[in-house]
Amino acid sequence: MSALRILVPVKRVIDYAVKPRVNKAQTGVETAGVKHSMNPFDELSVEESVRIREKKSAPGGVEDICVISAGPTKAQDVLRTAMAMGADRAIHVETKPDDDLEPLTVAKLLKAAAEQQKSNLVILGKQSIDDDANQTGQMLAGLLGWPQATQASKVEFGEGDIVSVTREVDGGVETVRAKLPMIITTDLRLNEPRYASLPNIMKAKKKPLEKKTLADFGITGEKRLKVLKVMEPPPRQGGGKVEDVDGLISKLKELGAI
Amino acid sequence: MFIPWRSSTLKFSSHVPCHRAFTTTTPRPLMATAGFTETQLTVRDAVKQVCAAFPPTYWRENDQLAQDPAEFHAALAKDGWLGIALPEDLGGAGLGVSEATIMMQTITESGAGMAGAQSIHANVYATQPLARFGTEAQLQETIPGIIKGETRICFGVTEPDAGLDTLSLSMVAKRTADGGYKVTGKKIWITCAQVAKKMVLLARTTPREEGRKASEGLSLFCIDLDRGHPGLEMRRIQKMGGRAVDANEVFFDEYPIPGDSLIGEEGKGFKVILHGMNAERCLLAGEALGLGYAALGKAAKYAKERVVFGRPIGMNQGVSHPLADAYMKLEAAKLATYHAARLYDASREDKSIRMDEVGVACNSAKYLAAEAAFTACERAVLAHGGMGYAVEYDVERWFRECLVPRIAPVSREMILNYVSEKVLELPRSY
Repeated sequence: MSALRILVPVKRVIDYAVKPRVNKAQTGVETAGVKHSMNPFDELSVEESVRIREKKSAPGGVEDICVISAGPTKAQDVLRTAMAMGADRAIHVETKPDDDLEPLTVAKLLKAAAEQQKSNLVILGKQSIDDDANQTGQMLAGLLGWPQATQASKVEFGEGDIVSVTREVDGGVETVRAKLPMIITTDLRLNEPRYASLPNIMKAKKKPLEKKTLADFGITGEKRLKVLKVMEPPPRQGGGKVEDVDGLISKLKELGAI
Repeated sequence: MFIPWRSSTLKFSSHVPCHRAFTTTTPRPLMATAGFTETQLTVRDAVKQVCAAFPPTYWRENDQLAQDPAEFHAALAKDGWLGIALPEDLGGAGLGVSEATIMMQTITESGAGMAGAQSIHANVYATQPLARFGTEAQLQETIPGIIKGETRICFGVTEPDAGLDTLSLSMVAKRTADGGYKVTGKKIWITCAQVAKKMVLLARTTPREEGRKASEGLSLFCIDLDRGHPGLEMRRIQKMGGRAVDANEVFFDEYPIPGDSLIGEEGKGFKVILHGMNAERCLLAGEALGLGYAALGKAAKYAKERVVFGRPIGMNQGVSHPLADAYMKLEAAKLATYHAARLYDASREDKSIRMDEVGVACNSAKYLAAEAAFTACERAVLAHGGMGYAVEYDVERWFRECLVPRIAPVSREMILNYVSEKVLELPRSY
């Protein structure tokens, strides 16, 4: 089996615990001064890559784990976190503040990166918790012409570059099999990401972080979509409390429900 | 809504939820973080994640049952945090007091309070003189085990009859024929002595009458605490706060220790520990700040949610102003604390920084942070009204604990004396 060269795209997003607020201009959510962290689904991808190496689950071994992120300078924070978790090196594609990358642009960027880095496995989060688009992995598979296994809950390696991926579907689990090179996207049940330990945080500072631009990959940040307006969802209407079962029945009758 | 799922791989006792708890901290923490270095913020984030597995229920229960938070110590050790300020070649991270201080602050601020801090405090701080003055063999034998959490260590300096007058310590280590020592005397307020395998001990090797200078004649040792051995006894002290962590009187009676347990030169022990004292003041200041911010955050939340007379109590300026005032005091103390820590770290390389300058900064920081924490904790209890007196709301626990940084490792009065003498150049009163 070929040694794995894993590419792991990671995204810096508003922390899951933060309640996002729509900005005054209603063009997006407020990001200034808000805590950001690594997209949780990407943490799963990093964790899985590191586990494949640690557990020696791939017969050919893991030659390289490279994380890549496109975003502002601050995106380097999540790359360092990924390296503290165990990735070997990082590529930071610096974007300008008004470059709002769409899934297709990201997929094109990743295609160029996967080719450049000679990757044979790309593990992505199934979606990022900011846009919830759930498109990049699938688009990347299409552009590269590689097989894809999305929403993985288990990844197993066999002989002859065969990879079996279990995915949770409605009513059960489905196992798909494909041959490297391939795309895997991660789902919640895949693993439980580790916290970076202090020695690994220190080591990560010394791991290589390459700085690039979109142009280095022959990509322009052209937009196909236009955001018209971003609004808060309407506040939830409070329900009413009833005293007892009789109260409930009469209320339902009153509303014409029974 | 995305649900966090992550858990630690540690096995906890049943009352600790294995899965990462929903964080109850506000998305925007109270403390302003501008001015902190990237490393400090990384430490803060990472330590916060470890602490999130230990919710207030864990600390409440351990406090009430006077039960050692061994799982917490193990979790921090597992991820290498005990080695934060120890040299890299011994398995540490080689960071400074600035980073260790923010780690201690993050621990108390997580709700763990002084109990959480004290369960690891000595491992971070008492190891400093050892790392600096110990022989290669001493370092290899002790430090890696401490970082891994296999060996816990306690710090034995204070004596019942000496108190802050460290130079009048009377515990004696007497040379024996085999080149070792026999130790006799009492130590008090020894935190974690019940669970520690080792103790960094300060004892007199030359009688006070015979020593040329008061600061000579004391020696520092790193000894094994063999609780089954005759000549060593300890008694747990019942105390006001931080009850999860044991504090003890320790009695030595002709307790034998080997000659190679001596750290540095014989008779130079006082100078060796002096080195660590300023660092300890910074750590304590950080711990106090964490308590203060935790209490204030909880009080602000309560004042916003608690409705009396048809409106949140926080709308009353009688409630909000004391809290706003406490916030500013904490912020000011924070600046003093991290200034002192920065100065301490810089003084290692930069010899133009005078030691008394560092001493004044570290003592001032400890004083201001302890007072700010006390103000914040007391007002947090009061803002909660009757509920502030209930264990369930945690603020009473932090209030009990916030007396520690006011008293230890040096009293407020001694700091005032120090500043009077060193800065104002006034005659010494004692």
